[in-house]
Amino acid sequence: MVSIEEYGQFETAWCPGCGNFSILESVKRGLVASRLEPHQLLFVSGIGQAAKTPHYLNANVFNGLHGRALPVATGAKLANPNLKVIVESGDGCNYGEGGNHFLAAIRRNIDLTMIVHDNQVYGLTKGQASPTTQEGFVTKAQPEGVASTPFNPIAVAVAMQASFVARGFSGMGDHLTTLIEKAIAHEGFALIDVLQPCVSFNKVNTFAWYKKRCYTLSEEYDPTDWQAAMAKATEWGDSIPLGILYRQQRPTFEARLAVLQQGGLVDRETDLRELEKIMDKFS
Amino acid sequence: MEKSDLNLLIGGEAGQGLLTIGDLLTKCLVRAGYSVVVTQSYHSRIRGGHNTFALRVSSKQVVAPRESVDLLIALNEETVNLHRTEVVEGGLILADEAYGIGSGGCLQVPYQELSEERFANIVAFGVVSHLLGLDQKLVAKTVEDAFGKKDSQLVEKNRLALNDAFNWSGQQAVDFPKLPRVADSGQRLVMNGNEAIAMGALSAGVKFCAFYPMTPATSIALNLAAQASRMGLVVEQAEDEIAAINMAIGASFAGAPSIVPTSGGGFALMTEGVSLAGMTETPVVIVVAQRPGPATGLPTRTEQADLEFVLHAGHGEFPRAIFSPGTVEECFWLTRKAFEVALKTQSPVFILTDQFLADSSRAVIPFDLKNLKPIDSGIETDPSNLPYRRYAITESGISPRLVPGMTEHLVVAGSDEHPVDGHLTEDLNIRKQMVEKRLRKEQGIIREAISPVYSGDDRPDILMITWGSSVGAVLEAAAQLRNQSRSVGTLHFPQVWPLVPDQFMAYFQNSGEVVCIEGNAFGQLARLIRRETGFAVHRNVLRYDGLPITPEYIIRELGN
Repeated sequence: MVSIEEYGQFETAWCPGCGNFSILESVKRGLVASRLEPHQLLFVSGIGQAAKTPHYLNANVFNGLHGRALPVATGAKLANPNLKVIVESGDGCNYGEGGNHFLAAIRRNIDLTMIVHDNQVYGLTKGQASPTTQEGFVTKAQPEGVASTPFNPIAVAVAMQASFVARGFSGMGDHLTTLIEKAIAHEGFALIDVLQPCVSFNKVNTFAWYKKRCYTLSEEYDPTDWQAAMAKATEWGDSIPLGILYRQQRPTFEARLAVLQQGGLVDRETDLRELEKIMDKFS
Repeated sequence: MEKSDLNLLIGGEAGQGLLTIGDLLTKCLVRAGYSVVVTQSYHSRIRGGHNTFALRVSSKQVVAPRESVDLLIALNEETVNLHRTEVVEGGLILADEAYGIGSGGCLQVPYQELSEERFANIVAFGVVSHLLGLDQKLVAKTVEDAFGKKDSQLVEKNRLALNDAFNWSGQQAVDFPKLPRVADSGQRLVMNGNEAIAMGALSAGVKFCAFYPMTPATSIALNLAAQASRMGLVVEQAEDEIAAINMAIGASFAGAPSIVPTSGGGFALMTEGVSLAGMTETPVVIVVAQRPGPATGLPTRTEQADLEFVLHAGHGEFPRAIFSPGTVEECFWLTRKAFEVALKTQSPVFILTDQFLADSSRAVIPFDLKNLKPIDSGIETDPSNLPYRRYAITESGISPRLVPGMTEHLVVAGSDEHPVDGHLTEDLNIRKQMVEKRLRKEQGIIREAISPVYSGDDRPDILMITWGSSVGAVLEAAAQLRNQSRSVGTLHFPQVWPLVPDQFMAYFQNSGEVVCIEGNAFGQLARLIRRETGFAVHRNVLRYDGLPITPEYIIRELGN
C-alpha cells in the first residue's frame, strides 16, 4: 500500500497562501487513494506557476513548453499506454497558448487526466489577463479592463461531450481529492478545472469570493444528462457548481488503435522480414 | 533506329490521369531493365491547372532530369502549345486527333475510336510502349499488376484497350527511335525519395510518427501509415505542427523512436519544439521536405533554401545533425543514419530533402535488409549509478537514458535549466556545467559525420560542390564537361551539418576554380563553408525559379 510520504515533501517557489499548495496536497491524496506508485505515473506540464507542481512530488515528469503539455502527454500515452498520464498546468497554459490541443484532446478521448489550476490570471508573468479572466478586470496590460468575454472551459468541454468534465475548488480539499481519484479511474479524457485564488495578482476572485459562491452538486444531479450538464456548465456568478458536471463512456483513442492492443511501442522488435515483403511491392 | 537516352514529357490537367500513365510507364521501363529519373511538376490544385510528369529513360545509368523532350505526350491542347518548342529535332508529339495539330512531327491518336474515355490512359500507355519497343507481355502485366485482378470486367476492358492500342500503333508508319534492349539487371524497385525515407525509417525501427499534412512531405507519413499495423507503429495526424513535434517528443521520451515529416512553413511552427528536444535531450528525427518560400511560396515546386533555417531553428545552443540525401538510395540509408545519430546522441536530427527528390521515382536495387544491424535505442533498464539521474554529467555529454514506467526509477525531464535530477534550478554554476555537457555531445555527432563524396581528377581545373538533390545534375554536367576534355571534380555533401573541414578542405586546395551549385538564391552551403572554414568559393550557380537544377542549366550558367 502506497503512503503519502512516498510522494515526498519539497520546497516550492510559490507565494505563501497560494492555492497551489492545497491542490498539490489533494493530488497526492488522490494518487494514494488510487493506489498508484510514483513510477507508474507520468506528470506532464507546461510553463507557469501551476506547471511547476509536478516538480514538487515524486513521479516521472516531463515539464515541457508553455501550452504544449497535452501533445507531449498524448505522444507518451500512445508510446506506453500502461503509464498513468496526468497533465497539470494553469489556465493560461492549457486554455490560452494550448487551446487547440485542448479541443483535440477532447475529440481524441485519449485516456489521461487533465488538472487545470484556474486562478483567472497570469501569475508567473505578474498579473496579465488569462483566457478565464472576467470582463472589466483591470491589469497593467489591460488598463481599461479586459474587453474579451471569458473562456468557459467547462461549457466548451461539455458542448464537445468530453467524457469526464469536473470542477473543483482549492479551498475544498476533500472534495477535490475525490474528483481527482474519480478522474484517474475514468477511462478516457478527464478534465478537472480547479478554481483557486491568486493572492498576489487577483484581488477580485479571492478565497472569500469563491467560498461564498461555490457549492457542490447534489446527489440527485445526473452527470450523464447532457442537456442538464449544458445548463449547469453555464452557471457562473452568484453561484458556481462544483463536482462532476458531465460524464460519458465511450471508447478511448488508444483502444481504437489495433497496434496498441498488443501493448506499448517501447522495445518492440522491428520485423525486417515483414519489411522485405513490403519493399517487394515496389518492384 | 535506336536512341539510348529519351526524355518523355506527359502534360495535362490535374485529374486527367497523367500520373497513371507516368507511373505505368516508369514501372514498365524499370522492369524492362532501364534507368529512369522522374520529375513531377504540378500546380497547387487537385483538378485543372497545368501539370507535367517528365520521365527520362536510358539504357545507361542516368541520375538527373533533362530539359529537351523527345516524346511529348499531350493530354490537352495547352500542353502542345506550352511545350512544343522543347521537342528536339526528330522528336514526336503524341496528341488526340481531335486537336487537329496535323501530322508533321505529331502522331494523332484517335482516342475516341479506340476506347471509352475512361480507358484513354491505357491507350496512351499502350501507344507509347509500342513506340519505345517494349515487350507487349510486360506491358500487359504492368497494367494487370497496377489495377489488380479482382474486378474481372475491368481487367478485360483494360486488356481490350491495350490490344486496340497495340494494333493501331502497329499500323502507323512512325519514325521514332526505339530504346536499345538491355540485359536483365535483376530485381529492381521503383521508389521515390519520400518512399525511401519511409522505408528507411521503418528499417530503423521507427515506432511513432506525428504530422500535419503539408506538400511535399505528406507522402512520408502516408507511406508509414499504410504499414503501421504490419510494422507496429502509431501514425497520428496532429491538430497542428506544434502538436506534431511535441507528440513526437512525448512518444520518444516514453521510449518510441519518432519521426516528424514537414515542410518549411510547418517546420517554422515546430522550432520551439526543436529547442525543447535539445534541452530535454530527447531523440527525434525531423524531415524537412523543402519547397520555395518565403511564406506559402510555390507550394508544389522545389527549392533548397531552408539549410540556414534548419541549421539555426530553435532558440539557444544545442547540438544537431543535418543530412541532405541526393538520391533515393541516400534517402533510405541516411534516414537510418539519422535515427542512429539521434538515438545515440539524444538529439534532434534532420533530413533535408525537397519536392524534386520527394516525387522523383528512380530504379533502385533492393536494399539488403538481411544484413542490417538493429539500431540501438540507447535506452537502459538498469542504471549503473544510483539514484538514477537523467542528466548525469558524463565525459561524452551523453547521460544514461531510462524511459518512464519501465523501471522503478523516476525519469524527470525539464525544459527549464536543470541539475542532474531534471528538476528546476537557477544555480548558475550548474547552468554552465549543463551547457557544456550538452555541447560535448557534438563530438559524438562529429565522429559519426559522413564525408562529402568526391569524384573526378586529382587536381581538377574546376571543382563543382553541391548538396542534396542537385547532385545528379552536377554529376552529369561534370561528365559532359569531361567529354569536352575539361578537367572536372565533383564534391557532394550528403551531410551539411556538422561540417568537418578535415574531410574536404584538401579538395578545395587542390582544385582550380571552386563552384558551388545549389537550389537557392543566397548560396547557403557556400556561405556556411565560408563561415566554418574561411574558404570563399569562387563562383555560385544558383537556381530559385521553382524547378530542379539540370545538367543543361549548370552548363549554361558556367558559360563554358
